[in-house]
Amino acid sequence: MKTDDLIKALAADTAAPTMTSLRVWLFAGVGALLIAATVFSIALGPRADIATAAETLRFMLKPLESALLAATAFATLIALARPDGDTRRLATLAAAPVLLVIAVVVELAVLPPELWEARWIGSNSLLCLTYIPLIGIGPLAALMLAMRHGAPTRPRLAGAVAGLMAGGVAAALYALHCPDDSPLFVATWYTIAIAALAAIGALVAPRVARW
Amino acid sequence: MANLLRAAIGGDEAAYAQFLRYAASHVRALARRKIVHGGVDPEDVVQETLLAIHTKRHTWMTDAPVLPWINAIARYKLIDAFRRRGRRMEVDIGDFAETLAQPEAEVAADRDIGRALDTLAPGQRAVVAAISVDGHSIGEAARKLGMNETAVRVALHRGLKAIARRFGRDT
Repeated sequence: MKTDDLIKALAADTAAPTMTSLRVWLFAGVGALLIAATVFSIALGPRADIATAAETLRFMLKPLESALLAATAFATLIALARPDGDTRRLATLAAAPVLLVIAVVVELAVLPPELWEARWIGSNSLLCLTYIPLIGIGPLAALMLAMRHGAPTRPRLAGAVAGLMAGGVAAALYALHCPDDSPLFVATWYTIAIAALAAIGALVAPRVARW
Repeated sequence: MANLLRAAIGGDEAAYAQFLRYAASHVRALARRKIVHGGVDPEDVVQETLLAIHTKRHTWMTDAPVLPWINAIARYKLIDAFRRRGRRMEVDIGDFAETLAQPEAEVAADRDIGRALDTLAPGQRAVVAAISVDGHSIGEAARKLGMNETAVRVALHRGLKAIARRFGRDT
């Protein structure tokens, strides 16, 4: 087929409406939150003493850091899903880790060293490693579908960032159930769980989002 | 060019054809510059890029410059073409060892978008060919094929999508 002939065919196909990227991401974002919230409330629900826990800074930092990661990852993902997307957005992903590192440093300063290990290991690391990926996998699938609608030129990177977004959402919810509030615990176990979702995203995206 | 593409997204066929012709010559120049060792036909890259521009036109932000967007798509398709050629050359050597000879002409034809057209369902192929190769409008194609215009539009849309998809796969 000659290129001019192809152009004729493409031009004749203008009427077919395509959903705007903005709308797709709106659906994907809301969908991801709904899926995560549903799985969380069925499988776990918030811890019994959440009202008193919410008054402590340690507890409040957990959903805050996670939500910050989810928000920065979502904005970065939207950029990466466009061919001309600005990769400088990737730098914003550092915000949540920086906050977490500050929290860890403060925790080490205020906590007597003999308590470090107990707080680091916590009481529920296995639950954390199970439920953050479990809550996050549905949202990750929703984001993958939206990515498929887009045109990422670096699908592996975009997939990893989608995993960070899904992991951030899942971690923010899981934090409401988790009895371990120390930044030492969060920095270790939450990070491993979220990294697992990022790895899944990086593995799957090049297959799902080819164009 | 941004104005043409904005008009095209609003449904202006003539503006869209004009935009695609500009995009084609821009990508052609880029592909000829980048393909120095042969093995990839620049015109194939042009056609694949046009298809990608078409199926992914919603990823262009209407207030963003057009050329960086086109360049990014062209680069992606160019890399894809190089990768496919690399794989095909490996296969060819394997075949050569097994059977001593493989017809080279088939390899060249493989890259042609016309081959993708041949793989469409007969109904879609007839519609796409009537509008592209024969140059009919939607209405003329509908009369010629005895279909209503909506059916022609749907067949064209699905046919083009199927062709674009084929280039994303390891075919």
